[in-house]
Amino acid sequence: MTNTKTVLPTEHCETCPAFTQLEQMGIKVGDFDRVIALAGNPNTGKSTLFNALTGLKQHTGNWPGKTVTRAEGGFEFNKMRYKLVDLPGTYSLLSASQDEEVARDFILFGQPSCTIVVTDATALERNLNLVMQVMEITEHVVVAVNLMDEAQRKGLEVDTRSLSRDLGVPAIPITARTGEGIHTLLGAVADVIEGNITIKPLRVNGTPEFQKAVSELVPMIEQMAPGIPNARWLAIRLLDGDARVQNALTNGELADIVSRQQRVDVQFSKKMSVEGRQ
Amino acid sequence: MSTELQPKDVLAKAEALRNSLSSGFRDEIVKSLYSEAESIAKRAVKTADNKRYDFDQKIDRLVTSPITGLPIMLLLLTIIIWLTVTGANVASNAIAVVLFAVGDFGRNLFTQIGAPWWLTGFIWDGVYLGLAWVISVMLPPMMIFFPAFTFLEDLGYLPRVAFNLDWMFKKTGAHGKQSLTMAMGFGCNAAGVIATRVIDSPRERLIAILTNNFVPCNGRFPTLIMLATVFVAAAFPPALTSFVAAGTVVGVVLIGVGFTFLASWILSRTVLKGEASAFTLELPPYRRPNVSRILYTSIIDRTIFVLWRAMQTAAPAGAIIWIMANVPIGDTNLARAVADWLNPLGLLLGLDGVILLAYIIAIPANEIVVPTMMMVYMGAGMMVNGPSSNEAIFDLLVNGNGWTMLTAINLMLFALLHNPCATTIMTIYKETKSLKWATLSVVMTLGTAFLVTFLTASVARLLGWV
Repeated sequence: MTNTKTVLPTEHCETCPAFTQLEQMGIKVGDFDRVIALAGNPNTGKSTLFNALTGLKQHTGNWPGKTVTRAEGGFEFNKMRYKLVDLPGTYSLLSASQDEEVARDFILFGQPSCTIVVTDATALERNLNLVMQVMEITEHVVVAVNLMDEAQRKGLEVDTRSLSRDLGVPAIPITARTGEGIHTLLGAVADVIEGNITIKPLRVNGTPEFQKAVSELVPMIEQMAPGIPNARWLAIRLLDGDARVQNALTNGELADIVSRQQRVDVQFSKKMSVEGRQ
Repeated sequence: MSTELQPKDVLAKAEALRNSLSSGFRDEIVKSLYSEAESIAKRAVKTADNKRYDFDQKIDRLVTSPITGLPIMLLLLTIIIWLTVTGANVASNAIAVVLFAVGDFGRNLFTQIGAPWWLTGFIWDGVYLGLAWVISVMLPPMMIFFPAFTFLEDLGYLPRVAFNLDWMFKKTGAHGKQSLTMAMGFGCNAAGVIATRVIDSPRERLIAILTNNFVPCNGRFPTLIMLATVFVAAAFPPALTSFVAAGTVVGVVLIGVGFTFLASWILSRTVLKGEASAFTLELPPYRRPNVSRILYTSIIDRTIFVLWRAMQTAAPAGAIIWIMANVPIGDTNLARAVADWLNPLGLLLGLDGVILLAYIIAIPANEIVVPTMMMVYMGAGMMVNGPSSNEAIFDLLVNGNGWTMLTAINLMLFALLHNPCATTIMTIYKETKSLKWATLSVVMTLGTAFLVTFLTASVARLLGWV
């Protein structure tokens, strides 16, 4: 007989040594169940969070643009193995600089299970532009509102509940440097992946005629590549004349992703049915 | 069944739809993105009074002001280099004494157990001496310079440097972020070349890559520090020595920055024509540096990494020199013969043949130029121990090998301007994926080094200084 009632962790749990669900795995990624991408504006503490989660010592520095390639590491949380990918910091995903392309390609083509967008609590407005652009590409987004300690020192009060409500995805206050809020963040990530919470990402619609154009193009893309996950975003990019997306369409890169994703889905349901029989 | 839809159909449809839209639709989307972000942020963030923020801004006004910004930068650079020069001098001598004592012990041990002379020589006068030199010359300055540099980086000062230098880079037609990649170059030019990925425009990125080598990397700092201390500062009263040495190194660094501007200017008007692009640079808040992280980054990631790389090239270089010094040719040896052959060119540049030979052997890593040079000067067997004090080095170079102040100054200039090390050249090739640009990076720097040293030597001779 098991007691099914679970006790929710409180704030104090995080500092309690008995509450260690997080195990750092460094670069021994090997087998993993889920892929998490770390995106965010430059110098918001992505690398600090990456190091806190993986136990790696990626060089962090207080200047924008430090991470120019993506770094990977692993950690285990609640019996699940995660691969974490630290993307270069970018202000947007629209232009064509190399670091923006790395970040965008990974979120779009790497199909992470969830994307954490690290934001700077002291400069939220500018950071939200990127959050909204990421949400255009993928629904599985958790916003980490980092540098809460700095915000406090500057006399800023950030209401993450209001933020969550407006954005339609979880927004979790953290201080990556001290590790505060990291467990809550990972809990939210797991919830988003497992579908325990409803996410309804805010999307910018543009003018009515633009919306009409998008809605005409989306069915065509879906018909061409059935099962494609980001048809709306692709439609917007195609309307914008994005050369990178146009190429991905013509050279079959998009079709590859779809078929790869479907293979993974089939494997997953097979695995589930095997485990279910036991 | 509907017919299969082809990508080109979708593209055509997208094109048609795009043309049907009014021209401002992109701006419209961006505008609504921004206004949405603004209203969300407004709802979520409450501002109280912020004293600390005001303090940050006060500092920034001083540090990035057009009047005080540059002097503060120079002052900080001078302080870092002065700390490095003063501290490294003491430690270098101490380490040299210990390491050369170990060398003596090993040599005696080998002689006692009856090892053949060539084995003793190869191991202790070749490989070991090369390693001992590299460690005693390089380790102390790195142990001081890297933590100090990392401290400023962690504090958030580097973007302020970029801010101060932005207008100068823009004038030369280069990107303002080049000052960031230039600052990284002080640590390691290969790292600086990789860091240029933060520059969006390919043209400006190439300029940053090609000119990165004009700032001395950490492998070259010890050479500059040693020459500044032993030669330039020796001409002043002892009380001023460390200040003169630091000032000299700062001067050399400034010459390097000057050449960065000059080369950027020339490149952006010839092979890499174009306008400088605008960019936004965020000045991050000052953060209290994390001491343990500074030590970890500067000692493990930087010092040990760079030293290990230097040792890997120093060991074979030591072996090569020992062999060259022990292959007899007539009544001289191979090392001397090659150095003699290079001597006319060396003298033309205000250097000598041994220095050029050392540079050729040190192509894999600039760090080992001075050790290599010393070993050739000392020759095999003649003087088994390295000179462990500045006076002894001065004596060996001036009285033993005819150095003058011109040799020292030109060697500093040559160290500053000559071709990138093999690692950096490889990195440039990887980053640009072009043999042409990698070659240009070598030709341009080496050409500059030859030209400048030739000019200073000629002027000095014409004026009768040497």
